[in-house]
Amino acid sequence: MLADSGTASIDGRLDGNGEALVAVAGLTKRFPVTKNLFRQPSSFIHAVDDVSFRLAPGKSLGLVGESGCGKTTVGKLLVKLLEPTSGEIRFRFPAGDAHGGSGEPVDAAAIRWGQLRAFRRQAQMIFQDPYESMNPRRTIYDTIAEPLAVQGIGSLMDRVDRVTEILTQVGLTPASSFLFRHPHELSGGQRQRVAIARALVIGPSFVVADEPTSMLDVSSRTGIMLLMQELAARLGIAYLYITHDLAVARYMCHRIAVMYLGKIIELAETEELLRNPLHPYTRALLSAVPVPDPTYRRDRPDIRGDLTLPIDPPARCRFYDRCPIGTDFCRDNPHPPMEERAAGHWVACYEA
Amino acid sequence: MRRQIGGARLFRPNPLTIKANAELVLEVIDLSVRYQTRQGEVQAVEGVSFELGQGQSLGLVGESGCGKTSVANSLMGLLPENARLAGGQIRLGGTDLLRLSDEEMRRYRWRRIAMVFQAAMNSLDPVHRVGQQVIEAIEAHGMETTLSDARERVARLFRMVGLDPQLMDRYPHEFSGGMRQRAVIAMALSCDPDLIIADEPTTALDVIVQDRILRELKLVQQELRMGMIYISHDIGVVAEVTDRIGVMYAGRLVELGDTADVFRSPMHPYTAALMSSFPSVHGERLPLRNLAGEPPNLIDPPSGCPFHPRCQYADDTCRTEFPARANRGDHWAACWHPLDLAASSDVSRDAC
Repeated sequence: MLADSGTASIDGRLDGNGEALVAVAGLTKRFPVTKNLFRQPSSFIHAVDDVSFRLAPGKSLGLVGESGCGKTTVGKLLVKLLEPTSGEIRFRFPAGDAHGGSGEPVDAAAIRWGQLRAFRRQAQMIFQDPYESMNPRRTIYDTIAEPLAVQGIGSLMDRVDRVTEILTQVGLTPASSFLFRHPHELSGGQRQRVAIARALVIGPSFVVADEPTSMLDVSSRTGIMLLMQELAARLGIAYLYITHDLAVARYMCHRIAVMYLGKIIELAETEELLRNPLHPYTRALLSAVPVPDPTYRRDRPDIRGDLTLPIDPPARCRFYDRCPIGTDFCRDNPHPPMEERAAGHWVACYEA
Repeated sequence: MRRQIGGARLFRPNPLTIKANAELVLEVIDLSVRYQTRQGEVQAVEGVSFELGQGQSLGLVGESGCGKTSVANSLMGLLPENARLAGGQIRLGGTDLLRLSDEEMRRYRWRRIAMVFQAAMNSLDPVHRVGQQVIEAIEAHGMETTLSDARERVARLFRMVGLDPQLMDRYPHEFSGGMRQRAVIAMALSCDPDLIIADEPTTALDVIVQDRILRELKLVQQELRMGMIYISHDIGVVAEVTDRIGVMYAGRLVELGDTADVFRSPMHPYTAALMSSFPSVHGERLPLRNLAGEPPNLIDPPSGCPFHPRCQYADDTCRTEFPARANRGDHWAACWHPLDLAASSDVSRDAC
């Protein structure tokens, strides 16, 4: 059933340049909707439904969509903060580094509780809200050194050196003046830099960044975006960059995947997607973004109705109810498979 | 009574806004606001002056903490306990609001000036029907005397902001975020104000919903010939909904002009930096530029031009003297070295 939706072909060809660091196939997560605590749940939210993509080492994939489309769930599944209902996630961490990467594919489902610690050396997550994601009673040093302590890396003195070094790398200088401060003494942008330092201090090769700039002010946002770009290039980190903002994704990502109600409906190289959007939802999303140019006249987004929750959705295209170009064929057939319309440009739509 | 009771104004034919000789709705003259804190006195707003004509919209932009919301709260007479008005006038149709007693101000609030707050959609009372809450606002300000008239007015308001009047008897939890925000806008419009202040009204919403609400807000504002002050950090949104734009920095208005003019050729280096740190999805992918540094501490603001510590053009004059206004038509900036001087030889200087 999963293979019907074009998973196999996407899996083989989505990213032509060599081995994928992360390969996701048919990833599905359903959350039960419990009406009665003591009954079997009767319906499910299809938060992530048959999602497939590949991410090459050092590359960045943007996962873009409106709130509730399942983008954060995908991120949490990838760092094993959630377990998938079905589907496959394979990692191939680079061999020969100090972190136990073997170069061999690792099936995420096979990683057991005891092996999580080794896995987390390779895969980290940066959370959205720098005001909520840090323990207010711990100093910056404690916060950043904790992953090192958990992983048992280095002696105490080594850790101080390592934390000082990473603070400098994320632009919190002089590092010594930040080591023993508490989160409340820092601005939002500085806190997010600490969150980035905490994620990167153990040298992961894959980082899920969940809207790392959406809580920040304009000026610190740009600073964080530039910092993340620079660190990715220097340290060879691959990002899964989750954002609702296509403009941010444009600057942060090599490729963009657009999600709608648990499905990836379009995936392409960033500039190709923005110049030549094929799916009617991508088009609506793009034309809804305000333009900082008063002379520019945007088209009105061509989309009907409001966002719904994917609770036991009908088998047809998820976008059918809001689609401006939907036909009877779309209504009577299952959700369209991802098809490659141009080199590397995939779209799930019968009519596009 | 000065004002027509009832819905007459809501049904007035739609006159085209004539911006050039619009009647002045609001004049803010040299407004200064201070906050008393344990660390000292914060100069939150310093010498802010602007005016607003009937049917005109003014955008206020700037980083968090630059005083945008303090200006709005002063207009509404809703400054917190520890605030002190250090000077200035707020003239609404000839009356200085700052001289009114609390009781008199209460009569102005909502009837003459209404405000849509940040995250206002969470300000609806969950245990009362949405329509009832709007009716409460109408009755509290004596706009309608009978319940059926009030209900009819709510129905009209709902239609105006794109809500189905049948939803009046629903509860807030049955509304989506966008619908709640529309209901709050309907509430702000319920007493037919001359001036509406919108403080980041769409920040928490997804782009497609944001786009719809902005279009409706703009339409209603023009149809009712209300003045509007639109506060946002998103310069894309401000570019689209406002006629004029004021840029605030460190409590001061540092640039003011026609929106198109300011975007085409910003005069203040801060405005230019703000714009080039803002990513856009449309048009060419211009390099993002980071606005280094942080806004100053307003307990002890820098001498001279408050932007000088972050400004690449700063010289000794900037460090010691607050800049005079550089004018270009009715577009001005408080800067000793306004940008694009070569292109416009008609820049003149005020001693202000």
